Amino acid sequence: MKQTLVALVENKPGVLNRVASLFRRRGFNIDSLTVGRTENPAISRMTIVVDADADKVKTQLYKLVNVIQVENVTELPEISRDLALVKVQVNSQTRGEVVQLCDIFRAHIVDATPEAVIVEITGGEDKITSMIELLRPIGILEMVRTGIVTMTRGDHILSPNGYQPRGANGNGHTSVI
Amino acid sequence: MKLTGAEILLECLIREGVDTIFGYPGGANLPIYDAMTKYPQLRHVLTRHEQGATHAADGYARATGRVGVAMATSGPGATNMTTGIATAMMDSSPIVCITGQVPTTAIGTDAFQETDVTGVTLPITKHNYLVKDVNDLAYIVREAFHIARTGRPGPVLIDFPKDIQNDEAEFVYPEGEIKLPGYRPPREAREEEIEAALRLIEEAERPVILAGHGVLMSGAMQEVLKFAELTQTPFALTLLGKGGLPEVHPLSLGMMGMHGTGYANLAIQNADLLLAFGMRFDDRVTGNLETYAQQARKIHIDIDPSEVNKVVPVDVPIVGDLKTVLGQMLPRLRKLSHKEWLAQIRDWMEDADERDIVNQQVTDKLLAAHVIRDMWEATKGQAVIVTDVGQHQMWEAQYYPHDRPHTLITSGGLGTMGFGLPAAIGAAIGLGTNDVWLIVGDGGFQMTMTELGTAMQERVPIKIALINNGFLGMVRQWQELFYEERYNATPMQNPDFIKLAKAYDIPARRVTKREDVKKAVAWAEGINDGPVLIEFAVERMDLVYPMVPAGADLHDMIRRPAPSDRTI
Repeated sequence: MKQTLVALVENKPGVLNRVASLFRRRGFNIDSLTVGRTENPAISRMTIVVDADADKVKTQLYKLVNVIQVENVTELPEISRDLALVKVQVNSQTRGEVVQLCDIFRAHIVDATPEAVIVEITGGEDKITSMIELLRPIGILEMVRTGIVTMTRGDHILSPNGYQPRGANGNGHTSVI
Repeated sequence: MKLTGAEILLECLIREGVDTIFGYPGGANLPIYDAMTKYPQLRHVLTRHEQGATHAADGYARATGRVGVAMATSGPGATNMTTGIATAMMDSSPIVCITGQVPTTAIGTDAFQETDVTGVTLPITKHNYLVKDVNDLAYIVREAFHIARTGRPGPVLIDFPKDIQNDEAEFVYPEGEIKLPGYRPPREAREEEIEAALRLIEEAERPVILAGHGVLMSGAMQEVLKFAELTQTPFALTLLGKGGLPEVHPLSLGMMGMHGTGYANLAIQNADLLLAFGMRFDDRVTGNLETYAQQARKIHIDIDPSEVNKVVPVDVPIVGDLKTVLGQMLPRLRKLSHKEWLAQIRDWMEDADERDIVNQQVTDKLLAAHVIRDMWEATKGQAVIVTDVGQHQMWEAQYYPHDRPHTLITSGGLGTMGFGLPAAIGAAIGLGTNDVWLIVGDGGFQMTMTELGTAMQERVPIKIALINNGFLGMVRQWQELFYEERYNATPMQNPDFIKLAKAYDIPARRVTKREDVKKAVAWAEGINDGPVLIEFAVERMDLVYPMVPAGADLHDMIRRPAPSDRTI
């Protein structure tokens, strides 16, 4: 079953590579992995969707020195969002159809030319997949998805537990540590 | 005072308690080698290959418990280290490897002798670093040693570009505690964990302790022995667990697993409780997981959370330092007895002794097992033994009982042929004693025998017992048993090892008869101003028994076919 884990990691060069390498060598199948900044410039946050034993993934992640905190949020109340840009081939007849679909899915057309429009859609994975299935017969030219980012609801917080950047110069160092 | 990066590195090594560096110079680490001339307190041992440097640092670490240090230049120097690093990783051995790297300005340009060393070593190190600013260096070295030696130990690599070696900075040694974000310091066991474990221990009728490398690394030898004696629980050892508990002990079952004793494996398969202390259920000790210890409940104490429930699901997992956890448990244990169980094991023991190990046929031929048994007697079981990998390694495990910690140094997890000679050099240098014996096969010896040069130059007083059967013996054994005796690529035409040793000015002797074994050992023990070599020309077609074929059930052992007269 797919498991969603959220990890706080040090914002340092090479950390994404360490995580990806770990998943590859342990045979954990990544469904999606997103990484981005957080409110703390020293910390990045990953949302990882895997088809693997979440406890095993977690204990392996903790073996990486750069990993600060990991939580399995699969069973927790959460908000998950994925974003897709879909370039759809249109003509004078199908353009209206795309606009209608955008209304239904609360998506936006962010670029339009006589031959094509780019649809931007945000939401849970299912919503995006449904819209894509409806756009497919019209003619998808190109598509990109960001992968899922997840946050638990309410006052449940994944905290870095008083994390202090490593190194003699605080976070000033440039070395790969 | 301002120091160069190279000087800061060496200052830091001294503060970490380093006294010896095993290494090899080259274009990208010359500033470090030049700075070394100002630090005569650091002994540099020039190996003949960078793989040798890492194995020597590993042998040093395993023999002394201190962090071993290896050094190499960029590119080929660094890639040559990888076998040694992977070996240390699999066996949780604390070493720090320092590689030169091309200048930061040249990184990524395919410069001469450039390799992405942090990339290459990422999966085989506990952690690694690329120094890009000389101001980060002291902290990095401090942290590298901390990571190497704490928790579950392992190899750490520092990739150190040449321009940073020359850069200057104010040297400030980072005092204070090293804090790593995701690193959970070993904790005490929780009350409910202790209670759950005690309940299973009280209820068990057929318990067995599985003692691994963790017993030694945690320093929990006394605690485990006390536990065993108090609860009358027999104990089996993993290969790397040897030395953690006295093997000549009424509760000892010897080694478990593929070439373990028949009675250890039978005890495990019939047990109703396994107490896994600092071991990780490697496939070589479990055999087929589907049928492994099916009747047994399991308590697993290990410092590495990722080892718990990794391959064998356990009833009571306790993540923590073994010595600490057993310290919590011991005062609450009461005396137990398992008379029936121990009697049953004794029956298996007598039967297995007859069939497998103690009984070897009387023959004119020199058997490796006899050589090792006679070495055990001649050295009174007190030598520090370093082995290579193969049949001789398994015979060592079967015929040389150890009763002191850190007296067997062997490549277990990775099974690295060629480990023996350089590791023995490192161990002997680290210990500074004359009692390090290398037991090595003719195959593995020829993988790293180039290090004879190191042993000669540094006058390292190792005693080399070369078990020569003219075959890659363990592979030949598999060919005999599982490939219908098609001995492809296993017979070896060997050089004259005596002449080879002579070329290195190393005293050497060949032994072909059993009655000469102890005499030769005594002769070698008298030579302590440098290495000495004895070649034992042993039976070519001998097999290690018992054997659990790879993937077979642990109780499904191939036994010695024709028991005859007892000779050991």
